[in-house]
Amino acid sequence: MSDDMKVVNDLTESDYKWGFVTDIESEKLPKGLNEDTVRFISKKKNEPEWMTEWRLKAFRKWQEMEEPKWPNVKYPKIDFQDISYYSAPKQKPKLDSLDEVDPELLATFEKLGIPLEEQKKLSGVAVDAVFDSVSVKTTFHDELEKKGIIFCSISDALKTHPELVKKYLGSVVPQTDNFYAALNAAVFSDGSFVYIPKGVRCPMELSTYFRINDMETGQFERTLIVADEGSYVSYLEGCTAPQRDKNQLHAAVVELVIMKDAEIKYSTVQNWYPGDKEGKGGIYNFVTKRAICKGDNSKVSWTQVETGSAITWKYPACILKGDNSIGEFFSVALTNNYQQADTGTKMIHLGKNTKSTIISKGISAGKSQNSYRGLVKIGKNAENSRNFSQCDSMLMGDKCGAHTFPYIEIDNKSATVEHEATTSKVGEDQIFYLNQRGISTEDAVNMIVMGYCKEVFKNLPMEFAVEAQKLLAISLENSVG
Amino acid sequence: MNKDKAEKSMINKWAENFRKFEAGLNGESKSEFHKSRQNAFKIFSKLGFPSIKNEEWKYTNLAKFHKHEFVHASEIEEVKYKKEDIEKYLFKGFDHHLLVFVNGKYSEKLSCVGETENNVFIGSLCDLLKEKPELLDNVYKGENNTSAITALNNAFTQDGAAIIVPDNKVIEKPVQVLYLNGTQNEKVHITPYNLIIAGKNSGVKILTSYNSTFENVYFTNAVTNINADENAHVDYYKIQNENENAFHVHQVNIEQQKSSNVSSYSLSFGSQLARNEIIATLNDEDIDCNLFGLYLGKDNQHIDNHTMIDHANPNCRSNELYKGILDDNAHGVFSGKVLVRQDAQKTDAYQSNKTILLSDTASIDTKPQLEIFADDVKCSHGATIGHLDEEAMFYLKTRGIPTELANSMLIRGFVDDVVQTIKIEELKDQINHIIFDHLHKIEI
Repeated sequence: MSDDMKVVNDLTESDYKWGFVTDIESEKLPKGLNEDTVRFISKKKNEPEWMTEWRLKAFRKWQEMEEPKWPNVKYPKIDFQDISYYSAPKQKPKLDSLDEVDPELLATFEKLGIPLEEQKKLSGVAVDAVFDSVSVKTTFHDELEKKGIIFCSISDALKTHPELVKKYLGSVVPQTDNFYAALNAAVFSDGSFVYIPKGVRCPMELSTYFRINDMETGQFERTLIVADEGSYVSYLEGCTAPQRDKNQLHAAVVELVIMKDAEIKYSTVQNWYPGDKEGKGGIYNFVTKRAICKGDNSKVSWTQVETGSAITWKYPACILKGDNSIGEFFSVALTNNYQQADTGTKMIHLGKNTKSTIISKGISAGKSQNSYRGLVKIGKNAENSRNFSQCDSMLMGDKCGAHTFPYIEIDNKSATVEHEATTSKVGEDQIFYLNQRGISTEDAVNMIVMGYCKEVFKNLPMEFAVEAQKLLAISLENSVG
Repeated sequence: MNKDKAEKSMINKWAENFRKFEAGLNGESKSEFHKSRQNAFKIFSKLGFPSIKNEEWKYTNLAKFHKHEFVHASEIEEVKYKKEDIEKYLFKGFDHHLLVFVNGKYSEKLSCVGETENNVFIGSLCDLLKEKPELLDNVYKGENNTSAITALNNAFTQDGAAIIVPDNKVIEKPVQVLYLNGTQNEKVHITPYNLIIAGKNSGVKILTSYNSTFENVYFTNAVTNINADENAHVDYYKIQNENENAFHVHQVNIEQQKSSNVSSYSLSFGSQLARNEIIATLNDEDIDCNLFGLYLGKDNQHIDNHTMIDHANPNCRSNELYKGILDDNAHGVFSGKVLVRQDAQKTDAYQSNKTILLSDTASIDTKPQLEIFADDVKCSHGATIGHLDEEAMFYLKTRGIPTELANSMLIRGFVDDVVQTIKIEELKDQINHIIFDHLHKIEI
């Protein structure tokens, strides 16, 4: 067996390290979806009347919509009536300090690698932890409040700042945007809301950890971040889910609104349960993420490291409406076993002198399929806009696939657009070189893959970069016996 | 519901055309050949014309095409040409075998095949099928047809160019195939079906050009099949120079066997709507497949280039270079797919698409796709879109070169990448002339 094959085989054999179930009593809605379910969720969260109507509008539209078939992924048909749409830990804590939080919950976070306490003290990360659909604890709330920054769960925001939510919710991803966005709008349980006021630079990195915990509950969060004029925020999102046999559906919506001179940096590390070696189980991750650079000189940057989920299907988009606005997309997507990823980005240039950069690195191993699908559109009025795209794929083993589907639509002659893509494998000569320098094949593969992904990792915030590298290293560990 | 109705009535219109066509066949309607036609028409009716909802036709809308009612070439009075009439459409400066087709029908009078050696066939498909009816199976692979417009061609096939090169034979002189299309008054539907078979260790160069002799609307619906057997070497040039009212849809199917080498040059100038589709299947090892393309659009032209290279076997190389210049309101489309199947290890596949937009209203939609299932491959694609380099322009101007001329120099530099790959020396200047003439720029 060649070394490469060993790498692949061992990769296939490494287990999901985050698989555990937390035993907390949860309040759960029976399976099924109809208008009553939507009303129930809305009522449960004490939402205002307009919000209930907003959800119902989305639900009615959703019923008329058809499931999209175009992605390059295969999965059995989802029975949307076979899913429970709401699950919340029974004790809904309203706590001021971490001491009062259920210790078991804290232990879960510990296992997840989110030491709340430690982070509080050392890294200065404020965490809004979403545990099975309900925001349990928001840390650093007070400190942020002083600066006028609002960082809370969306259900809290509906109570405390309904005017802001009403103004921006659905303004980037309308509730009827697509099949899964409509579903999300109808039944979303919770999510994060961030508002950064004019001229404020958020002093710390904001972070949410999502975790799907209950059996067969779909997780439908909704994130809304508004950066007002001249503000800046860096937001981190990380996800894990315990090991389950049944596929779990995750259909999130993320909306970013960026005003004049403002900047949002949005980073994701996703390592949800990818299913076992036979491709059984795993998360369906169908996400709609979109940012709009509304004002001039605004900037948005998406960075994602996708190593989990049975199926990942997401295209973080940037609508560059303001003049001189900038959109960036950096992505590493690793698929293994029977994982399927169809991911990429959309850069829609509307304003003058807008710029976008796309760096996408796909790694496929095992029997997985990895696709990059992206759109670069330069509108009629987007004078002097500029795009650079690079999407590289790396294949490990001969049973996987790598695909690129870039769409480039140009309606303005002053635009300059470049796209390049390459496909390669870990070079035998590279491994040989490292071997003869005394580096084991396992380390060599690791080094090569790290080097390949470096362009993306360097865009992650420090804490995340470390975690992301560890994630990849774990996926590649034991690769040589 | 209404949409379905509209579609039905459209199909019915073509069914009516097909009946008329059948009636004009004079007893041929019982033949094997005709059975395949009927079969093809069935496929067409089932598929219907593609709409923009079809991913492969996303950027090409046939609405303008559907506004016209076409009459098949077999039903109109033959357009008569004299030898001197066709002079201006010919590429000159080199010896060649000449085949001339008038509205898709072979004209023996205008053609000049000259001496050919034993077993070499250069002529019309009709004559070939009379000689070797067993080739019919080779002609129609109708059943697996997935393109409605190709099926439509098959249904109405009457004639086309046929070039058969036996094993171990190299035809030195290029074969020039000239299509003269259009009529004074009728909107004619022209359906050439071309067959190129190159045997083992053979070689052939084919130069086809599609030309308009009238300014009227018509519809060229062409299909070309190229089979290159082991170690065969085929160069296929296509110059599409139809008038700017014409519709042109052409599918080229390339099938390659071991160690064969096929180069296709698709140079697209004319038509109000042109769709050039090339599907290359590499059936064995050690194959070279080169696709070169140039598309120049102006006014309201719509030019769509679709290519697909199917790497089914190991150790093959494909190289694709498509360049375009779009002016005025022209709309360009490029969709290039490279499929590398699981067994196709050690594949080298390169693809590049570059477009220059000369006006604010010109637009381009590009879709370079890679689908790769093998790990030990080198594949890359690149796409760039831009305008004439301002710095280069400035540099030339500071050297006292007038804007117009500087423009032409930059254009020349851009298209030369493709023009210089042409292997018939004498052709290069003539192509260059067409380029500048078409774009209304100073020729250099």
